[in-house]
Amino acid sequence: MTVTTTGLGPNAAELEEAATRIRRAVVRTVAHAKGGHLGGPLSAADVLAALYFRVLDIRPDDPTWVDRDRFVLSKGHSSVALYATLALRGYFPLEELATFDALDSRLQGHPDMTVLPGLDMSTGSLGLGLSAALGMALGARLARRPFTTFVMVGDGECNEGIVWEAAHLAARYRLDNLVAIVDKNDLQQYCWHEPGSEVRQAPYSDDQLRDRWAAFGWSVTEVDGHDVAAVVDALEAARRHEGAPSVVIAHTIKGKGVSFMEGNFRWHSRVPTDDEFALALAELGASGTAGEA
Amino acid sequence: MTLAPGRALRAVFGEVIAEMARDDPRILVLDGDVASSSGADSFDAAMPDRFIQTGIAEQNMLGVAAGLASVGFVPIASGFACFVVGRAFDSIRVLIDQPRLNVKIAGGYTGMLTGMAGKTHQMLNDVALMRTLPNMTILAPADEREAAGALRAMIAHDGPVYIQLTREASPILFDTDPGFRIGPAVPIRSGTDITLVSTSVQTTRTLAAAEILAAAGIDAAVLHVPTIKPLDGDAIVAAARSTGRIAVVEEHTVVGGLGSAVAELLSERHPVPVKRLGIQDRYGESGPNEPLLHKYGLSAAAVAADVRAWLVASQDAAEGLVSEPRSGMSAWRS
Repeated sequence: MTVTTTGLGPNAAELEEAATRIRRAVVRTVAHAKGGHLGGPLSAADVLAALYFRVLDIRPDDPTWVDRDRFVLSKGHSSVALYATLALRGYFPLEELATFDALDSRLQGHPDMTVLPGLDMSTGSLGLGLSAALGMALGARLARRPFTTFVMVGDGECNEGIVWEAAHLAARYRLDNLVAIVDKNDLQQYCWHEPGSEVRQAPYSDDQLRDRWAAFGWSVTEVDGHDVAAVVDALEAARRHEGAPSVVIAHTIKGKGVSFMEGNFRWHSRVPTDDEFALALAELGASGTAGEA
Repeated sequence: MTLAPGRALRAVFGEVIAEMARDDPRILVLDGDVASSSGADSFDAAMPDRFIQTGIAEQNMLGVAAGLASVGFVPIASGFACFVVGRAFDSIRVLIDQPRLNVKIAGGYTGMLTGMAGKTHQMLNDVALMRTLPNMTILAPADEREAAGALRAMIAHDGPVYIQLTREASPILFDTDPGFRIGPAVPIRSGTDITLVSTSVQTTRTLAAAEILAAAGIDAAVLHVPTIKPLDGDAIVAAARSTGRIAVVEEHTVVGGLGSAVAELLSERHPVPVKRLGIQDRYGESGPNEPLLHKYGLSAAAVAADVRAWLVASQDAAEGLVSEPRSGMSAWRS
């Protein structure tokens, strides 16, 4: 099933603006830190905007609120996109993004819940986040709490066997308070390729990914992961779905928003030069210096 | 001295946790599909709504435990040590120990005795692995009474805990409830010539070794270490000061376990000769319990022989440097 945009009206423009601001902050932060990842954070920006600016029931001024919806960024190397989102949503000052990757920073290379309020789980070793999210959803059911747990995994991350251990168990327990999002940007760090070729193969075809999650017993939805209104609808529908966990496969473009990064696996974790940085910001409708909020 | 027979540590596991769970709604037991072996089945029988079968998928089980802990539960992930530690180590490191989540890990079938399952199931380096995790507490009780106390202390402690639970029936080492506390080492026997530092159910065999040594004129103290991490450094330094030499005896590889921990500690705080007895950097095998323990140097007779041989060798080395043998040492040569 493909969800199409419905009824969000003018609010869609606000979410699109939020996504663009996330992308700008991502590029500025990575350029300033001279480290981090770009491709994955940029592919995830629209889904994060949809989650944090519309879907999630959260209180940025009370990040430990017991009944908040949970979010786990299983693809933890996209931390910078989550940090940008949390800052824009008011969890901490935007200026703090300039501390990303610095010593003593709360903004570690991969999300660290022990130092940054607003993170529901520490992640970084690919595959683990879905298991943790499953535990949260199971806990919500056992404790009769109303919250929903959302977790974002990468399509490359689905190489990890633990993803499928968790997929099996979540479906077995019919955890319909668990929603996974696969950021299907069709690239991973180095990917499979023909010998000598720069052309990269996607981790999974659309059919393969859809069929695998469906075979494990999940309710599968597909959506254009850069259509924020459609993403909101897909996530809300997934939250309401009963009887099985849901996965929203978000079809995305790695490096989305910066033309020379889009679809190029070399931008997985490359740091832009000064010229590339200026060009990237210009494409995102902004100017300024690295690290600027 | 003959110790009274006691139950296996795994046998008290499910009972004690179920008893605690009646008063503590946070407690859950997660099973990696070995409940009928690990002892978690008695918890399942007593508290079926709090028993979560996670299947044969230990990485995921430990990850699920982390998620449950993050929303306020006290999950106990239960399975064979080889799998809950060995296979799931990444989940433990990243999702449990780094975020310091309140997950308890019950490692069953620790040590050599795995029902003759052999080297795949003999997790001889669980302490070595877990000891490298900065936030982990490691408990290794010696008998059913101490195990019951250790399990209660494990639940009361806020933070990740790993507990070793052995398979076979173990003699009663403590006549009364030893009043378990996380941290302190427990003096079992006094002695003046050497201190034998031991842990888990091996302590009972080490005590028997001390009695064999006594008959040979060697007065060995026995110090039991039921909390391997954090290590009771003061007690071990005091033992080193008191007896001048230490032998560590563990049902674990000598690489990275309690012997390593003691050697590391003493080399910095009070250097004395240290002998590490245990599995000598090799894998185990299948075999009946007593012959298996003896072959790998863990029976009371084997421990006593190795300790005595070490003392004699030390004496020989000393005589090469010192013309007059020290008084009292000759008794060890008989």
